[in-house]
Amino acid sequence: MPVNMIVCCKQVPDPEAPPAVFKVVNNKMTLPPDVKPVIGQYEEFALEAALKIKDTGGGKITALSVGNNFVRDVIKKALAVGSDELILLEDEAFEGGDSWSTANALAMAIKKIGEYDIIFCGRQSSDWDAGQVGLGIAEILGIPSVTLARKVEVVDGKAKVERVIPDGYQVVEVTLPALIVVTSGLGALRYATLKGIMAAAKKQPVIWKPADIGLEPSQIGAAGRRSKLEKLFQPVKEAKCEIIEGDTPAEAGANLAVRLREAKLL
Amino acid sequence: MAENKGILVCGELADGKLASITTELLGCGRKLADELKEDLSCLVASDAVGEASKEAIAFGADKVYAVETPVLKEYQADSYMQVVEKLVKDISPRMILIGQTSMGRDLAPRLAFRLGTSLTTDCLDLSIDPQTKLLTQTRPVYGGNAQAVFTNELMPQVVTIRTKAMSPLERDDSRKGEVIPTKIDIDASKVRTKILETVKEEAVGIKLEDAPVIVSGGRGMGGPEPFQTVLKELADLLHGAVGASRPPADNGWVAEGLHIGLTGKIVAPDIYIAVAISGASQQEVVPALTKKLKELLAG
Repeated sequence: MPVNMIVCCKQVPDPEAPPAVFKVVNNKMTLPPDVKPVIGQYEEFALEAALKIKDTGGGKITALSVGNNFVRDVIKKALAVGSDELILLEDEAFEGGDSWSTANALAMAIKKIGEYDIIFCGRQSSDWDAGQVGLGIAEILGIPSVTLARKVEVVDGKAKVERVIPDGYQVVEVTLPALIVVTSGLGALRYATLKGIMAAAKKQPVIWKPADIGLEPSQIGAAGRRSKLEKLFQPVKEAKCEIIEGDTPAEAGANLAVRLREAKLL
Repeated sequence: MAENKGILVCGELADGKLASITTELLGCGRKLADELKEDLSCLVASDAVGEASKEAIAFGADKVYAVETPVLKEYQADSYMQVVEKLVKDISPRMILIGQTSMGRDLAPRLAFRLGTSLTTDCLDLSIDPQTKLLTQTRPVYGGNAQAVFTNELMPQVVTIRTKAMSPLERDDSRKGEVIPTKIDIDASKVRTKILETVKEEAVGIKLEDAPVIVSGGRGMGGPEPFQTVLKELADLLHGAVGASRPPADNGWVAEGLHIGLTGKIVAPDIYIAVAISGASQQEVVPALTKKLKELLAG
């Protein structure tokens, strides 16, 4: 059966950037300009989950994101890999939101989209790591959810999900419409084909402003927050480091073994 | 609505006993409750609660709400939510402490959104502002590259706490407390998920969470094979366990259960040997280390 899917994506600073470049200045994370934005790693898995379903049974994928100053080449990757439509909630007023105001804006946009069988989200954003937005959307829309999915199929009008648990996995069946939160283990997002990149270049994202989804500026972004960020800081890490030397790696290994033994650690 | 008072810990059971995360939450909750001079309650909900209620008291709870019903055998959001939501409405706690676990990650956001309050996940540190009696909540952000301190004024104050971030109290079986068997009806028609199968994929040998020594490999291992050979050999020799950073888990080189870190398992070994994690490529060291240790242990 063709499945109508919405994938929520977030544009984040590349989390693979070396830790040393992450600097907090005046309660704000500042990154050098050579750290490029990307679609969050878990949202990439969410896109792949949707694409796999489209591969087998067909369907439509709408990518959805909230924020401001989207870099078109970055966010349009969602189209290049095979999404049919891209909707951006893009406005200055959307900046500085928390899990609540973000989930609320996305849920309002999804209500406006209207028809959907599955909403896919990543397990947590690659910047704030909160892991709340997906479940928040499900709660606002009043639909069931399955989290930590590593495989998703649609069988007989229901979704069949492999959900990761600490010592294995569960196979969970959920009625549709449902929200599914994706984790790793699903396989990396496929590369865009040349045809996909060309098609994405011609396509323009649909832009919705707060009023388009029925929200006042006071309900969104920083103004709509429920939690207050008091402080952002980088704890001073004290580390004592001793390099165990050796003329060859093998010798260094042997020296380390001796030291661990001498220190009675083993 | 009644005034919000007291602290509620959402308990978890493991193999019929109180899970270690719940003892940690009780240890943290006890301190906060003493500062507030209010009660610490614990919810234990399962198909068979057994001795877990008494354990919760021994680890610091004043009151234990024991909910026993067959539907709660395996955690599902739609059934557990009904229990927690009902209890929270009945007792109006000021704070709700939940573990940042498989269950907590799934339950806490839905609960907070349903209650119309705010949530801070994965907290490492909590304190109470003596003036406002509000929780100051500290959690890592940006993949651990910074920490953020949050507050909010909404009630109840809901947080999830990272495993091993808090210390449990010494178990004291002489502590006094009240077990309150609580009947909560679960409307089966509101449970929209069904668990078809639960599959254990656990690695043989010592559990990562309990291992005193961990030998962990990263992206630089290049493939699945070294995890089975060099790393495993060293781990076996040290009576430890093999772990991995995120890329090997994402690439399917190891089972997800071996993944250590923010989105995997939280571990606290005495010795952690990181091999080829974040670009370091010292695989050559491992065989030599293994060989030398064998000699030393034999001698």
